[in-house]
Amino acid sequence: MSGTTVRASGQARDEAAPTRAPLSIRGLRKRYGDAEVVAGIDLELRPGECFTLLGPNGAGKTTTLRCALGLTTPSAGELRLAGLPVPDRAREARMRVGIVPQQDSLDPDFTCSENLIVYGRYFGLDDATIRARVPELLAFAGLDGKRDARIQQLSGGMKRRLTLARALVNRPELLILDEPTTGLDPQARHLIWERLKQLIREGTTVLLTTHFMDEAERLADRLAILDGGRILTEGSPRDVIAKEIEPQVVEVYGDWNGRGRDRAGGGDAEAWAARHAAEFCRRHEVSGETAFCYVEDAGPLLAHLAAQSGLRYLHRPANLEDVFLKLTGRELRD
Amino acid sequence: MDRRPSQLRDDAPHAGANPDLRARVRSAWRPPQLSRRFVPVWRRNFLVWRKLALPSVLGNLADPVIYLFGLGFGIGMLVPEVGGVRYISFLAAGMVCYSTMNAASFEVLYSGFSRMHVQKTWEAIMNAPVDLDDVVFAELVWAASKAWLSGLAILLVVSLAGIVETRYVLWLPPLIFIVGLAFAALGLVMTALAPSYDFFMYYFTLFVTPMTLLSGVFFPVEQLPAALQAATNLLPLTHAIELARPLLLGRAPDDVALHLAVVLGYGAAAFWLALALTRRRLLR
Repeated sequence: MSGTTVRASGQARDEAAPTRAPLSIRGLRKRYGDAEVVAGIDLELRPGECFTLLGPNGAGKTTTLRCALGLTTPSAGELRLAGLPVPDRAREARMRVGIVPQQDSLDPDFTCSENLIVYGRYFGLDDATIRARVPELLAFAGLDGKRDARIQQLSGGMKRRLTLARALVNRPELLILDEPTTGLDPQARHLIWERLKQLIREGTTVLLTTHFMDEAERLADRLAILDGGRILTEGSPRDVIAKEIEPQVVEVYGDWNGRGRDRAGGGDAEAWAARHAAEFCRRHEVSGETAFCYVEDAGPLLAHLAAQSGLRYLHRPANLEDVFLKLTGRELRD
Repeated sequence: MDRRPSQLRDDAPHAGANPDLRARVRSAWRPPQLSRRFVPVWRRNFLVWRKLALPSVLGNLADPVIYLFGLGFGIGMLVPEVGGVRYISFLAAGMVCYSTMNAASFEVLYSGFSRMHVQKTWEAIMNAPVDLDDVVFAELVWAASKAWLSGLAILLVVSLAGIVETRYVLWLPPLIFIVGLAFAALGLVMTALAPSYDFFMYYFTLFVTPMTLLSGVFFPVEQLPAALQAATNLLPLTHAIELARPLLLGRAPDDVALHLAVVLGYGAAAFWLALALTRRRLLR
């Protein structure tokens, strides 16, 4: 299954200077009326890396991508895609870029292979060239037997994989994916990750947006957490965790028998946190029935909790989700 | 709306010497930038059509043929002659233009909206190295192509049925294509503005149907009151019929340049407007 190789970027990268950033963004701003959706973003992709933009809904991820592709004019900022200025030469730059959009946009009237052939024509490829490449692309997408299948007959995961194959039709040096696994079941997500890792191994630069922490932690060489149109932090997943948050987390929940007659407001975990959390941890948050305690050294806290009757707790290393929630807050984004 | 703040201009090396020029270049009202890249988009639509060609052609043919023979014979019994020709012969040119207009309109409205808004086909295409201008131009030419087939089908029917003069009939195919372009462009304006499919009903009931009745499809414009006749001269379908009718009755049309200019002018102006509105809708 993973034996199939798709030379995504072959020639394009050989001739290009390996030091040139596949995408660089400086001072990007995008306003709609009074709302500033992107409020000053700088980032620069390194060739061959997987860079992840992580952020809640409405953080400005998709708008940033649209600006980068020249599909909308920025209010301010300087962008270069595949070395070319955007939006002025965005069309040429897109020759070297593959895109997996958030919303499914396959042609429902076509078979799998027709989808690839028709898409290849938009890149100026002749039919013979694309036809020769179709079996390789379908195999990469795990759709060998689906050459003549209609799109309606494909599952959600198959459609997403076909969209990925379609994005590779021009052997892009940079592959951009906007929330590639949203709405997929775990098996389908793993298969997409598998394929993306393969492409990264083979040298394709990947830029993806997601709001799944596990996806970012699994794939990203570097990531940026975005909110309110700004980059809040940036670095490798490990660096970001080390930089932004205490290394240990203790989640406290359950019924607390030490609460006594004090029944005013909140659950037991909240009552416990109000009385004791500050003694043991630098920072804590209560969300619903759980108190999250962020600590350098969990020893004293764990000893205290072991002595409490009824309270339960989970001790774990801090992860990206903790950083994400710390930086972007716990309020719902609708 | 696309003006950039002055602070940016100096440190953006590719912004060019004149920043206002750049702002203007990105304006939604900049002239259409057409290229041969519309061809693969046209071919995409053609491939879809080829899969569904037979029902599509029959569907496009049925409506005007029923009108032609139904009204042609029915009203033809009451009105033996119009302007010196049989009523059904008079009606033939109207039906060719009507069929062309309808086919072009339906294609850009319903199918075009589906590709732009529902299926996100345009979005997928614009992720490739094809610009919106190419996509909209491809829709225009594609709808005109499909309308051309519809018009030709009726032309074939009326020619074989022997109800028209065939002396100038070979002028009709290019004329039909031009008429298709004009109505495709007008329809694209509506597509650019449409929030949903329901919106297109207004276009048909408030524009297409009244125009059909006022443009001389079913009866001579001279039958109308003088005030309405003046309004009629502003409608593109009137001028299309002023060209098609004499040709199908074996006569050379009068004021060819004027009529062509009106039809082409409507097409060009509507295309520019449609493109500007579509840019504002999709490239925000």
